[in-house]
Amino acid sequence: MKAPAFAYAKPRSLAEALELLERHGEGARILAGGQSLVPTLNMRLSSPELLVDINGLDELRGIALSGGTLRIGALTTHSQVERSAEVRKHLPLLAEAVPHIAHVAIRNRGTIGGSLSLADPAAEYPACALALSAVMTLKGKAGERKVKAEQFFKALFETELKPGEVLTAVEFPVRQAADRSHFQELTRRHGDYAIVGLAAHRNAEGLRLAYFGAGATPVLARQAAAKRTLEEAKAALEKDLEPPADLYHSAATKMHLAKVLLERAWNAISK
Amino acid sequence: MERDLEITLTVNGSEVTRRVAARVHLVDFLREELGLTGSHVGCEHGVCGACTVRVDGDIVRGCLMLAVQANGRKVETIEGLTDSRELAALQKAFYERNALQCGFCTPGMLMAAQDLVRKGGKASREEIRAHISGNYCRCTGYQAIVDAIEKVMNER
Amino acid sequence: MRAELPLHAPGTQLDRGYIGQSTPRANAQRLLQGRGAYVDDLRFPRLAHVAFLRSPYAHARIKKLDFAKAAKQKGVIAVFDGPTVAEYCTPWVAVLSHLKGIKSPPQHAIAVGRACWQGEAVAAVVAESRTQAEDAAQLIEAQWEELPVVTDMEAALRGDVVIHEDLKDNVCFSRSLDTGGVDDAFAKADVVVEETYHFGRHTGVCLEGRSILADYNAAEHSLTVYHSTQAPHMMQDIFARHLNIPEANVRVICKDVGGSFGIKVHVYPDEMATAAISVILRRPVKFAADRLESFLSDIHAREHRVKVRLAARKTGEILAFDLDDLTAIGPYSVYPRTSGIEGNQVVNLTGGPYKHQQYRAKMNVVFTNKNVTCQYRAVGHPIAVALTEAIVDRAAQELKMDPAEFRRKNLIPDDAYPYTFPSGLKFEKLSHHAALDLLLKKMEYPALRAEQSRLRKDGIYRGIGLAAMIEVTNPSPAFYGVGGARISAQDGATLRLEPSGMVTVMCSVTEQGQGTEGIFAQIAASAVGVTVDKVKVITGDTGITPYGGGTWASRGAGIGGEAVLLAGRALRANILDLAARILSLDKGELDILNNEVVNRLTLESKLPLSEVGRVGYFRPDTLPMDFQSELTVTRHYTPRQYGFTFTNGIQASYVELDPDTGMVKLLKHWCVEDAGTIINPLLVDEQIRGGVVQGIGAALFEECVYGPDGQLLNGNMADYLVPMAGEMPDIFCFHLETPTKQSQLGAKGVGEAGTAGAPGAVMNAINDALAPLGARVTAMPFTPERILSALKKV
Repeated sequence: MKAPAFAYAKPRSLAEALELLERHGEGARILAGGQSLVPTLNMRLSSPELLVDINGLDELRGIALSGGTLRIGALTTHSQVERSAEVRKHLPLLAEAVPHIAHVAIRNRGTIGGSLSLADPAAEYPACALALSAVMTLKGKAGERKVKAEQFFKALFETELKPGEVLTAVEFPVRQAADRSHFQELTRRHGDYAIVGLAAHRNAEGLRLAYFGAGATPVLARQAAAKRTLEEAKAALEKDLEPPADLYHSAATKMHLAKVLLERAWNAISK
Repeated sequence: MERDLEITLTVNGSEVTRRVAARVHLVDFLREELGLTGSHVGCEHGVCGACTVRVDGDIVRGCLMLAVQANGRKVETIEGLTDSRELAALQKAFYERNALQCGFCTPGMLMAAQDLVRKGGKASREEIRAHISGNYCRCTGYQAIVDAIEKVMNER
Repeated sequence: MRAELPLHAPGTQLDRGYIGQSTPRANAQRLLQGRGAYVDDLRFPRLAHVAFLRSPYAHARIKKLDFAKAAKQKGVIAVFDGPTVAEYCTPWVAVLSHLKGIKSPPQHAIAVGRACWQGEAVAAVVAESRTQAEDAAQLIEAQWEELPVVTDMEAALRGDVVIHEDLKDNVCFSRSLDTGGVDDAFAKADVVVEETYHFGRHTGVCLEGRSILADYNAAEHSLTVYHSTQAPHMMQDIFARHLNIPEANVRVICKDVGGSFGIKVHVYPDEMATAAISVILRRPVKFAADRLESFLSDIHAREHRVKVRLAARKTGEILAFDLDDLTAIGPYSVYPRTSGIEGNQVVNLTGGPYKHQQYRAKMNVVFTNKNVTCQYRAVGHPIAVALTEAIVDRAAQELKMDPAEFRRKNLIPDDAYPYTFPSGLKFEKLSHHAALDLLLKKMEYPALRAEQSRLRKDGIYRGIGLAAMIEVTNPSPAFYGVGGARISAQDGATLRLEPSGMVTVMCSVTEQGQGTEGIFAQIAASAVGVTVDKVKVITGDTGITPYGGGTWASRGAGIGGEAVLLAGRALRANILDLAARILSLDKGELDILNNEVVNRLTLESKLPLSEVGRVGYFRPDTLPMDFQSELTVTRHYTPRQYGFTFTNGIQASYVELDPDTGMVKLLKHWCVEDAGTIINPLLVDEQIRGGVVQGIGAALFEECVYGPDGQLLNGNMADYLVPMAGEMPDIFCFHLETPTKQSQLGAKGVGEAGTAGAPGAVMNAINDALAPLGARVTAMPFTPERILSALKKV
């Protein structure tokens, strides 16, 4: 399966990148890690005119602690997140999630910005961003704006990113001493996309239950999170989630598995 | 903004300059352009691991990286790591344990295994299995591969 | 019992040589260094590449194919449709006369007029590169008329829609068997159990895709084909006949083959098209199937719905089996082995290890508009073993008998041989009871049962599953030859002493990583008397080796190995003839050991083989006038006494099932196998392990999922789940050796044993884990969905 022909540019500045994206509109695609884009090209599922390789933009790299926020640049690879002592210390939920992403060779190239921008409903990062109340930084020619995770994921593979905008960084509030988190995903094999997954985080403001593989986007199970008993929460989950069937699992099975994860997260976080 | 670009990269220690179409992925470039046929193509969607090579010291899927993205980078393949003898201990262990049959997954498997081995320390069989869980082998059923890697890690 | 191999003259002190030793394989070194030579690695001047336009529809008439735009694309050399290629490559019909009534329509290299499965090739684009060929293929303008699609096997059998009107129905092959007395057996039984099993269609997923490079030389009217195939002589014959090139002008070469498992022993239309295109264009042409087209067009296998009933006495004695098997193949029977064999094997092998006398079976093979199916590792055994072992466990459960004890009551006794089975199979000598004893001992069965009991009280559900089996190996011409197939059941080996004292072995059985060349080196070295490092083995070249069958049905060691042994002994004799002349000694006083001619009794060295070679080749003037040395010897071997050389084995699976998620964790797996003389225990164990994991794939993960319109829904590596390292158990292998007396080597086959037994063992383990929860599963693969459904949780 050989990719169709496309042109390639590697801008040396974000301004240059934004210029290219504006000029080529729908015909341009951003190339970051390429771990999701390149397979679609090889399989001829997409046929862009131009790939804009943003890997030269060092300003999109780096993990930095600033006040109560950990800022992760969009081009930070999954491996870099995995190795980061700051992530381990300040965002244990993220540290727990990263080893589940595919395999080492993929994590060495895949980026957090790429994963959040693609918003695959079965991916780990979008749910973590939702659970941790992350804030995305979007930059376009018109300027920079910040979007909360809750507003960022809109529909299947659709985010708040407008044409011509690039996700440049994501900021997470760092953990407080009393915070509890629990990450679990159900897969048939190590590294697979989740059948259903749950990124759960409790802080002073309350419990956030972010499901993935349970809808067109990551989904916050708000009603379940507001309940005081596990049984009530499981019942409420049926109002929070409407998981679609996938190739191997019926919608009923996905719902059932979501409840199993809820129970496990609930028990873990309650300790 | 071109469809073909000139790239210069280091491959197995030698500098190489070529003109390549943007759409060519790294493992096809290595195989077709440079004759380094030791890295294999198994799926072209990043799942099977047969194309695993090293770029700037990190293992990557050669089918998911465009050759043009390797411009300015250091690429190492099974041929290079054999010549440098970096893989010698693993190759010996695989040979003695028969941790390969048809050999098609083997270069990628060795690259993945070496990535674990050179981290140092020991690893449990579960950890070894997890580390190679992205490399498909149809012939061996994996146990012999785990045995061979375990031996190399434990005998250091 | 270990084999007594008469490798040397009686009365000598020499041992079995390398037979039984775990010698590492010399040919692994190049593979470890990335220096293998798979078809896609080969470079040829003016090599053209072909990509195929494949039907997007499961059943459609090809109304029009317009190549105008495609032909103009950069790098395109030619574009071909079915009728054009048909002028160079004749069609085939995959039927054999010993499968009574089997029928199939003719199949062309590229579809003519109609596509019958999604993925069938309907046009070929040839270009300077694969990429250019794919670019152009996208620009072919095709017009289709969709036709009704048959995907459901019951509907296919009913014939509501007939795929091939000329054939009148969708039945490719039917078979019935009845020993008589079956209804009586069921009437007088104390217990009758009945169950219906479904086996999901799945496929081989060889990591190296199918590949072929055909090089037609018009000046010589010769064709050389570099082919990732298991059976080069079979392909030589087929290329010769269908492309109308004299057989001796066709040479098929197999260099390194990246996995085969039966997938690569069949004739594929796109590969035939590639060869025909080389003839048309008079230049080398290569086709390498990419992963997506592999899923669409590599043979699939094992789609069965089987109803089985078992009648037993309350004492535990099985009285009868009654079987109804329905299996769905693609729209064509696959050439030349036919797609009727898998179902045929299910009929032959059901109930195999047991001593009941009554058996009735009914089997139908139906055409559907899904991909074609044919023989894939263990052919029919995985199904026959799984359904047999599952219904046996059901009966044991009904009788509240331990499954191991129930089997013990019914396995054919170890002293009952030779034995004829109700389906007509003849067993030379098996060791079912010894195997069961060894398995139970090694797995510590009572302790495992105790652990299982204990953990159940804590809400942890573990299951133990057994699967006893017989397996077909070393087939005689009874498999294919008797039906008219030009498939050789005999093989040959040529051994040559080189002037330097090395030995070259050329054998017609082929290598795809199982270690064929390794064991031939061991056998040759042992038979001749040289050290194994002095042996070089060549396989996979019809221009070099004797004529033979290649690799399939676990025949390499037993048949090829025997030919090597016979040739080796003959070469030894010829070397000693020459040495005797050189030394002016009696041949009877001499033998060969460690590369030297020695005194047979004292082992004193007399002459290095290099000296024998030097004189034999360069100084024959120093030898007696009436003596001519013959330092190259060829011998052939065909198994004759038994149609199939059966082996036996028994496997066990230990699992832990999570009733909340429906997920199964494989804790351990055991296999006891009796494959006769073991030449290299290391290689045998690894064959078993690889086979077990393939069987686990079928049991838990692998299924080709089709939609109602005949579209393959999961034809990629992300959606089709193959077993990966993280989920596999360690597999413990043990052996018994009951050699066959049909050969001096005594080796039976073992390559498929793991795959034959593993699905049944895992199914039984899962059902054993589910038993206390009142649930049972019968449809493979056992996905969480199916398990949760059985548990009534969804």
